[in-house]
Amino acid sequence: MSDITSQSLFELTSNIKEKKLSSGEITKAFIDRAEKSKKLNVYVTDNFEKAIDQSKKFDSNPNFDLKLPGIPIAVKDLFCTNGVRTTAGSKILNNFVPTYESTVTQNLWSQGAILLGKLNCDEFAMGSSNETSFFGNVQNPVGENLVPGGSSGGSSAAVAANLTPVTIGTDTGGSIRQPASFTGTVGLKPTYGSCSRYGIVAFASSLDQAGPMTKNVRDCSMLLEVISSFDQKDSTSIDYKRNCYSKELSKDIKGKKIGIPKEYRVDNMPDEIEQLWKNGISYAKDCGAEIIDISLPHTNYALPTYYIVAPAEASSNLARYDGVKYGFRSPGQNLIEMYEKTRSEGFGDEVKRRIMIGTYVLSSGYYDAYYLKAQKVRQLIKKDFDDAFSKVDAILTPSTPSSAFKIGEKTNDPVSMYLNDIFTVPINLAGLPGISIPAGKDKNNYPLGLQVIGKPFDEQNILNISYALEDKINFKNDISDWWLSE
Amino acid sequence: MSIDLKTVKHISKLARISIDDEKANKLKGDLNNIFEFIEKLNELNTDNVQALTSIAETTLRFRKDEIKSENIREKILKNSPEENKDFFVVPKVVE
Repeated sequence: MSDITSQSLFELTSNIKEKKLSSGEITKAFIDRAEKSKKLNVYVTDNFEKAIDQSKKFDSNPNFDLKLPGIPIAVKDLFCTNGVRTTAGSKILNNFVPTYESTVTQNLWSQGAILLGKLNCDEFAMGSSNETSFFGNVQNPVGENLVPGGSSGGSSAAVAANLTPVTIGTDTGGSIRQPASFTGTVGLKPTYGSCSRYGIVAFASSLDQAGPMTKNVRDCSMLLEVISSFDQKDSTSIDYKRNCYSKELSKDIKGKKIGIPKEYRVDNMPDEIEQLWKNGISYAKDCGAEIIDISLPHTNYALPTYYIVAPAEASSNLARYDGVKYGFRSPGQNLIEMYEKTRSEGFGDEVKRRIMIGTYVLSSGYYDAYYLKAQKVRQLIKKDFDDAFSKVDAILTPSTPSSAFKIGEKTNDPVSMYLNDIFTVPINLAGLPGISIPAGKDKNNYPLGLQVIGKPFDEQNILNISYALEDKINFKNDISDWWLSE
Repeated sequence: MSIDLKTVKHISKLARISIDDEKANKLKGDLNNIFEFIEKLNELNTDNVQALTSIAETTLRFRKDEIKSENIREKILKNSPEENKDFFVVPKVVE
C-alpha cells in the first residue's frame, strides 16, 4: 500500500471499507504531515485535537455505508463551521466563531467526513494568488516562492502537498479552477444553484459557487455527489435531480461534440499554452469526440463586466461588517466614526479597492453607465454560450493564460492580477459548470490546466470528458516535498 | 473620464471607510487604471439588450412564515464585540 497521505479519496475510502486502514490512522497521518508542513502556511485554524477524537469515535462504531467514512478533510476558511473559527482570510473576522454550519460542509459531515481545519484563502476570496490574506501568503508546493493561485490557494496547496485527501473551495471568477491549474490538481465549479451558498461568507452572490478540489477526476465526482444538494436555506438553490456522479462516471465520450472558441487565443499567450490546448484537442479526437470550431464573440468583455458586477455585489455584501454585531471593532467617538475606523483597519487593501469600485458603480449618477451596462453585457455573454451550446456538448479551453507566478510579482498591478481570470470569469457570469484538470507543464516544470465547460446542470458530461482526457494526458506532478521540516 | 481626489474621498465616505491622503492618492491611481480597463464596455451598443438580473432561471420560492428556531438570543449575541448579556452595545447615538 502506498503512503497514506498520497492516496486518493477513492483509495482511502476503499481501504477504510475493507478495514485495511482505520480513520484514526488516516487522520493521524495527515496531521503528522501538516505538523511538518508549516512552511506552506495552508492552515489558518487547525482542528487536529477534535479530529483525532472524532476519528476514534468513528472507528469504535464505523458506518461503512457513508460516502466519506471517517475521511479527514480540511476546507477553505470561507465556509462557516459551527464552533470553529471562520475568518474568510480577513482581520475583520479574526475572532469570529460561527454558531451554525454551512450546508455544504454539513453535507460532508453527514457522510462521515471529519474536519481537519480551515484553509488559508485570499481575503473574502478577493484575489488570484492568496497574497491578500490577513494570515499571509501560501507557498505553492510545486516550487518555492511560487503563488498557489487564488482565492482558494490554501486549498489547492493542501491537496497538491497531500495535506488533505480532497477539499472544497469557492469560485466567484476562477477561485477554484485557477489555483487547481497552478498546482496540478483538479477543481470544479458547479452550475450556479447546484451547491447551497448557505453559510458561505458572501463575496458576489450572483457568481459564488462552492466546488470540489481533488487529486483526480474520480475523486472530484465523488465529492461533488456529496456537496451538491437542494437547500431551502438558499433562495437560489435549484431543485433538480442530481446524478450519482461517481457511479455514472465514464470514459466513453465517443461522438461528443466539443467546441473550441477562437476568442480564447489571446495576445501574448505563451506558446506552451497554445501547445497544451492543441494536445488536449488531439486527445479528445483520439477518444472519439468531434471537434467543432465555435465563436464566443463577447469573451473580451467578460473581465470588464466582472469587475463591475462582482465589486458591486461585494460592496453590498460587505456592508454588514460594521463592528456592531460581530467581528473586529475599532472604537470611535460616535457611531459613524466607529464604522469608518472599523472598516478602515479591518479590511485589507484589495478588499477596500473592490468596495470602492462597487460603491462608485452603484452610486447616484453612475448606476446606468456602469452597473446597468454591465448587466446588459452579461446577458450578451450568456447568449454567446447559449448559441454555442446549440451546436456543441462542451467547450475546451486553457484554464489560465500562464502558469504559477512568483510571490510579489503582480501585487502592485491590480489589472495584471485580474487578467489571470480571463478564461474562467465568463463561466461564472453565465452560471455554467467548468472544471480544470492538469494537462501538462511549462518550461519551468510548472503545471498547466485545461478547462472543460458544460451546459447548465451537465456536470456529468464535463466530468466524463475530463476523465477520458485525464487518462490520455497521464499527468504526474512530481512534487519534491522541499518544504518538509523535521 | 478620470476619478479625482475629491471623488475618491466622496466614495470612501459612502463606503464608510476612512482613508488618509496618501492612501487616497494611491487609490486614485488604482481606480483610474481599473476604470480605464472597464471603459472597454462602451464599445458595445446595448440599447436593445435586456439586463440580466438573475442567472438562475427560477422564480423565487414562497414558504410558510413559521418560526423554526427559538431561544437563539445567546447564539446571536455570542460574537458581539462588546460584552453585554442582552444587547449589542454601540457608542451613544442620541444626544
